[in-house]
Amino acid sequence: MKILLRNPRREIEVSGPCTVASLLHRLELNPESVLVIVGDELVTRDARLDDSASVEIRPVISGGAS
Amino acid sequence: MIDIKRHNAGFCRDHFLVHCREQVRRAIHDHKMVEPGDRIVVAVSGGKDSLALWDLLVGLEYDVDGLYLGLGIGEYSGESVQFARKYASARGLKLHEVDLQDDLGFTVPGAASVTHRSPCGACGLSKRHVFNTFARDHGYDVVATGHNLDDEAAVLLGNVLRWETGYLGRQHPVLPSAPGFVRKVKPLVRLGEREMAAYCVLQGIDYQVEECPMAEGNRHLGYKEVLNALEERSPGSKASFLFGFLERAHAQFATVAVEEREGLSACIECGSPTTSEICAFCRLRERASGVSLGEGR
Repeated sequence: MKILLRNPRREIEVSGPCTVASLLHRLELNPESVLVIVGDELVTRDARLDDSASVEIRPVISGGAS
Repeated sequence: MIDIKRHNAGFCRDHFLVHCREQVRRAIHDHKMVEPGDRIVVAVSGGKDSLALWDLLVGLEYDVDGLYLGLGIGEYSGESVQFARKYASARGLKLHEVDLQDDLGFTVPGAASVTHRSPCGACGLSKRHVFNTFARDHGYDVVATGHNLDDEAAVLLGNVLRWETGYLGRQHPVLPSAPGFVRKVKPLVRLGEREMAAYCVLQGIDYQVEECPMAEGNRHLGYKEVLNALEERSPGSKASFLFGFLERAHAQFATVAVEEREGLSACIECGSPTTSEICAFCRLRERASGVSLGEGR
């Protein structure tokens, strides 16, 4: 799978298939702090990702609150 | 589909959009944020929260314009204004723009460097001042900001850790108007930032995903990480923490905030309420821009 990560923007390869939950666990990401997008669709933790999938993991936490 | 653990629910697109709209409607109603006929200005950064907020308020048929503040943070600011302009022009909405460098003679990085303040401190002070004075001077009744449930829970954690009683008294979804102050409201207080990002994706709102380069190491980011770790183990923790405070504890600190507001007088430079002769923003501006106070009077 091709995984697009942000902040900073970069691409990595991860072997699949797997669920969204297990992918986030492997990448040590808290599901509460990201959206997982396949194509134009948001996917839930239990969704299965094919080995050929292109996945964006988009962080949702912004800082600087004051 | 999006799953929201604290509601123990998954939403399809249409029902998720209804959910967001209802949470904003409820926040506005429960906290009496807007009166009939009020003109609202949304503080727009080009990020997910402020653009989602603008979109939701337009959808609820409020009289609402946007205000973008250019912070002078290099490429980041150059990009963020493009997202704000693109959103406004595509929908025929009015976007006002103020630029710290062009209009006030300094930038956030410059101010942070000269004053040895944290960039986030200089940024927050500038935003609070500019949004309030702009609204006051242009006939807006309300400033709406995109602070969401995660922002408010993180700020609350920080204020509790330091027992900042004045800040705890002011931490509320509505800060009422007062002499020199326009009413300030936070209609996204019932929605988390993951929901706001999802709202933008589902509504096709293009926003700035990249984080502000000056926010790295920001204290509030650390508080959010801690709260999200708790939320993952115990969904609903953030909402319980924030709404429990608002319902059961806020009133005990509100008197401190009222007393602080009553002790304010007008800044001799800009007229904004302040505890001293010259407000913190004018002092920051003088040091950061190198223009002596009084020259602009």
